[in-house]
Amino acid sequence: MGVMFSLLAVVVLILIAVAGTELAGWRDLFGIVIPYAAVVAFVIGVIYRVLKWARSAVPFRIPTTCGQQKTLPWIKSSKLDNPHNLFWVLCRMFLEVFFFRSLFRNTRSVVVEGPRILYSPTKWLWAAGMAFHWSLLIVLIRHCKYFIEPVPSWLVTMQNLDGFFQIGLPIILTTDVVIVASLTFLFLRRVVDQKLRYLSLPADYFPLFLLLGITVSGVFMRYFTKTDLVSIKELAIGLVSFSPVVSSEVGLVFFVHIFLVSVLLAYIPLSKLMHFAGVFMSPTRNLANNNRVRRHINPWNPKVKVHTYEEYEDEYRDLMKAAGLPVDKEE
Amino acid sequence: MSKNIKTPEEMARIKFEPSANGWMDPATEFRPGTWNFTAVPETLEYLDLPNPRKWRPTDDDWQLPENWQEIIHEGLRERLKKYRTLQIFMDICVRCGACADKCHYFIGGGDPKNMPVMRAELLRSVYRNDFTTAGKILGKIGGGRKLTKQVIKEWFYYFMQCTECRRCSVFCPYGIDTAEITMMGRELLNLLGLSIEWINTPLSNCYRTGNHLGIQPHGFADSIEFAVDELEEITGIKVDAPINRKGAEILFVAPSADYFASPHYYTLLGYLLLFHEIGLDYTWSTYASEGGNFGLFHSSDMMKRLNAKIYMEAKRLGVKHIIGGECGHMWRVVHQYMDTMNGPADFLEVPVSPITGTRFDNATSTKMVHISEFTSDLIYHNKLKLDPSRNDHWHTTYHDSCNPARAMGLLDEPRYIINKVCNNFVEMPENTIREQTFCCGSGAGLGTDENMETRLRGGLPRANAVKFVHENNDANILLCMCAIDKATLPPLLEYWVPGVEVGGVHEMVGNALILEGEGKRKTDLRGTPYPGIEDDGEEGDSNV
Repeated sequence: MGVMFSLLAVVVLILIAVAGTELAGWRDLFGIVIPYAAVVAFVIGVIYRVLKWARSAVPFRIPTTCGQQKTLPWIKSSKLDNPHNLFWVLCRMFLEVFFFRSLFRNTRSVVVEGPRILYSPTKWLWAAGMAFHWSLLIVLIRHCKYFIEPVPSWLVTMQNLDGFFQIGLPIILTTDVVIVASLTFLFLRRVVDQKLRYLSLPADYFPLFLLLGITVSGVFMRYFTKTDLVSIKELAIGLVSFSPVVSSEVGLVFFVHIFLVSVLLAYIPLSKLMHFAGVFMSPTRNLANNNRVRRHINPWNPKVKVHTYEEYEDEYRDLMKAAGLPVDKEE
Repeated sequence: MSKNIKTPEEMARIKFEPSANGWMDPATEFRPGTWNFTAVPETLEYLDLPNPRKWRPTDDDWQLPENWQEIIHEGLRERLKKYRTLQIFMDICVRCGACADKCHYFIGGGDPKNMPVMRAELLRSVYRNDFTTAGKILGKIGGGRKLTKQVIKEWFYYFMQCTECRRCSVFCPYGIDTAEITMMGRELLNLLGLSIEWINTPLSNCYRTGNHLGIQPHGFADSIEFAVDELEEITGIKVDAPINRKGAEILFVAPSADYFASPHYYTLLGYLLLFHEIGLDYTWSTYASEGGNFGLFHSSDMMKRLNAKIYMEAKRLGVKHIIGGECGHMWRVVHQYMDTMNGPADFLEVPVSPITGTRFDNATSTKMVHISEFTSDLIYHNKLKLDPSRNDHWHTTYHDSCNPARAMGLLDEPRYIINKVCNNFVEMPENTIREQTFCCGSGAGLGTDENMETRLRGGLPRANAVKFVHENNDANILLCMCAIDKATLPPLLEYWVPGVEVGGVHEMVGNALILEGEGKRKTDLRGTPYPGIEDDGEEGDSNV
């Protein structure tokens, strides 16, 4: 159900873009107003969410330790997996954010006859995740060429590297292939794996379809339709310099593309896609395991009722004296 | 072990049959063997906790307070502000499923709602429905669920099937920690008076008598005295074990099971021999006679109320610093919560080993050192005379307890000690030790008889790894440094891998330690005669 609903939602979004520009002719709305609104929603939404997280207290220092602690000088500690200071926390976070280190640990467990439980490393999710996120990053950077004139040489170099294999005309960019393939994999594992099918929600399928819609429409423009790049660049530069013009040369696929991007931007703050910001703020990863060295302060440390020694001794004094245990008060 | 338990063969047929209709409609079947008895009203009353009453999970009506929904909503709202973990973990899970088969209950049981992501979704669905814009608009299609009594029942069932072991958190790309989710879930349930006996009785015991088992001061003194006599019988040496002594240099705090349960007791014997041999100036306390803290399994307030005794007692006795015994969750509390909750311990001094002079720079603020840190330092500096051959009848392997492993990183100290005091040591497979260690299946207050099926299923991954080294390397004892492990692993191993005992690291130390002036030992600390030694008719069984 989640799959169909999400697929349908993306199809409807595409139809809205088609109808809005082709039938109704609201080209300025889809080319200018909605993208601006989406960016505003994205920026405000993300700031709002991050501030909300930041306002939540961190009462305890609770890193998940994944290696030997730093104790006695002759015991080798695991600095990356059990960081004892800020420097190593930053290193741990760097590897988490850029290389998904925790996910790299992933294993698969199978129970076979016996019973015997077998564990094997499994890197598929890690690989697909890396492939998708890194391609996305490169694709986003590549898109800068639409917003900057003249295009800086490093961007040209980057695109040339992306087209390193020199296949096809226009040359096929590696990241275009990788991003579509990884998104497809990430979708397929959700429907093929019984566990994932059970736990997946529409909110898991929808962003995948949305991103597939965006990447496929982008790919379509580059390889299959005649796209007037001049008019698109004119619009892009217009948007960033606050004097946008939608020329009559801008085509339908572009409107679909930019509408889906707008929806994605506005959707991010409302969704699990906020993980891109949340990963930096996760207390089990971004705190040092120096608990016994530096006292962590809980801003709401409550006063609680405790059972004092005096109360305890009052209750047990006679028994304690009979057992020969020292007491503070004789009676 | 309770009757009507399935055979291992039946139990090992693990069914994974997730409902095709998904999980959104809450339905919980309280099958015998899967749930815990509920807290008796007196224990709630003693601790001033809400809604004390008699009830059972199988009852239709759980007698919730009239405004139960409001209580949960307010409780959740409050905790979202108080815990960034909760707020972030509610928001950023992408349900990638990396955690799914990391949970021992899921591996051994196959219940899809025991996948860590699903355990969190049970709470998250209510959060989405009532606390997020998208959830309010989209409702069920947005993954939201209304807060109903059925949802509460489901929470109770599944938050009492998580041992807060943090194994899933190791694999999560965002570090989402189900222990944190379960702790919050249990706090919310406690607001409605939904707690279990095996958590609440130890809590009220500990609050009153100083320890979970409810041992009163004279009983404590008797236990220690009994151990001293027993050691004299085994070694011929009478050790000194001071209790509540003011002016001692060190306060020693151990889990109460060490002086009242078996096989913990042999670890206690080990501590006593060690402290005697090095001439440690220390004291036990009857008031702070519990290192463990079931408050961790209840609520942060309860944790603080119980934990406060350790520093209060250290101050009253005027000690310089504190050493803590072999216990798992105790060390999560000591390491990650104690200083924050009940510190600063500015009346204590930075721990320095009186024997080696080593300053424990890793405990400069908390001023509390783990016994294995202390002992490994002694051994490293050659301060102990050891005869590891006294442990030759043991082929040891070592179980990392969840909390010292994943909430502290105490991994190599115990291994160093074991390798110095035992000649035979073998590691279990690498996906089952160190930070990837598997829970005993009975932690976090779930080690009862009535939920034995859940425990045996949850303990399967651990037991299975033990079986591997038992069959391949003749391992015949599973060492560990956790009182809950020592209580719950024996029935687990008896069920899945008979022939493997459970023991403590300091039991092995006690066996190997050569005391000044002692004769040849006839038995180990368990009273088992050493081979070649004639049993001279004395009582050999030292079970307590």
